Amino acid sequence: MAAAITGGRAHRIESACIWILCAAPLLLLVLQGLTGGLTANPIEFVLRELGVWALRFLCITLAISPLAQGAGWSRPMRYRRRIGLWAFAYACLHLLTYVAVDQEFDWPSILKDIAKRPYITIGMAAFLLLVPLAVTSINRVRRKMRPRSWRRLHRAVYPIAAMGVVHYYLLVKADHRDPLFYAVVVALLLAARFMPKRRARPARAQG
Amino acid sequence: AAPLKHSPNRMRIDEDKTPLKDVTSYNNFYEFGTDKDSPAAYAGMMKTRPWIVTIAGLCDKPGKYGIDDLIRRFPLEERIYRMRCVEAWSMVIPWIGFPLAKLIRAVQPTSQARYVAFQTLHDPRQMPGQRSDILRWPYQEALRLDEALNPLTLLAVGLYGQTLPNQNGAPIRLVVPWKYGFKGIKSIVRIQFTANRPKTSWNLLAPREYGFYGNVNPAVDHPRWSQAKERRIGEFFRRKTLPFNGYGDQVASLYRGLDPRTLY
Repeated sequence: MAAAITGGRAHRIESACIWILCAAPLLLLVLQGLTGGLTANPIEFVLRELGVWALRFLCITLAISPLAQGAGWSRPMRYRRRIGLWAFAYACLHLLTYVAVDQEFDWPSILKDIAKRPYITIGMAAFLLLVPLAVTSINRVRRKMRPRSWRRLHRAVYPIAAMGVVHYYLLVKADHRDPLFYAVVVALLLAARFMPKRRARPARAQG
Repeated sequence: AAPLKHSPNRMRIDEDKTPLKDVTSYNNFYEFGTDKDSPAAYAGMMKTRPWIVTIAGLCDKPGKYGIDDLIRRFPLEERIYRMRCVEAWSMVIPWIGFPLAKLIRAVQPTSQARYVAFQTLHDPRQMPGQRSDILRWPYQEALRLDEALNPLTLLAVGLYGQTLPNQNGAPIRLVVPWKYGFKGIKSIVRIQFTANRPKTSWNLLAPREYGFYGNVNPAVDHPRWSQAKERRIGEFFRRKTLPFNGYGDQVASLYRGLDPRTLY
């Protein structure tokens, strides 16, 4: 009984820590905003930071199942859904900043951007593909789906992450080192998917 | 930064100046890194004295000129100019400098000279960004001779009444207010007169994105973003970009007869 309560409390503390860590980049931006730390071009800076954090959280989400299957560390699995939803939240804020603050709701200009500029086209497509994944991450929706179709749908996160990297790569002027870093990370995470899975009791499973 | 003696401003515009802090903390100077705050962080590594500017090529008086001799020789004046970056942001900066035309007349280009080429210092020990091959070093830029002789074209040695901060291109840089910022080559060590059009750094990297002229032109988009509007640093809403950055009256005649679609 006592152990169960301690365990529950430990879980709540762990859960709160994850929540705070996921919100930290956003809170930091707010703090920098209040102290004038958003550089001379705050809109550009916030837009870039939100986009990069969306990509980082996508990568973190993708790293969780290889950690469980390859390295046998399965504890983060219980937070995968939540971290994935944070990736979506940062992508939403990134898009909202672009539409509302950067473009000032200038729809003709936004539509022209989407049609004419490959990095915007790809970024917008990546966002649209992310929406069904976010919606089906809601437990009630997920329970209504067959596990197999849910898993197949959620494999789309790999191409989405790759599109995020391409979006980033096409945007920078000359120094491609940062987007290339994320390209390598996403490639490794994809490769990790095809690694042989570690099984708890392979011999017995074989009979 | 030391104060610089100069005559009062003769070319002012009725727009608010960008705060000094923004002018000196938000820079593109890839020799010190590609982040906007890298130049302010690392440009202190560059030694700006002694500093020699070599003048070479098709002129009667080539030679090596010390920076302090140049500053003494040509009277300094203040010029408040708009600065439009190709990335669609802009500033208003009170430069201190002298017209490039005065230097050109002093060294007497020959009749074959049609272009002026400029080079930035190349020294990876002082410029850590040059250790990566992001651009082909040294940075090089060029103007047509008639553009270089235009009274607006400035060799700046200061801003806000002080000597240039290193991150802004100390000790001497080019300011061409009707062109995108990448034409304003910084920390110049060489000026050369040529008959043929010189190669320029950004144009070599991506000719479709950065033309030789680099004229501010809201009608020609950068392939990856529109140039129709810009964000003035310190302002929330975008403003319309003006043809030739608002200096059309003084410079449009330089480009008469050229296809306006090629003027970017």
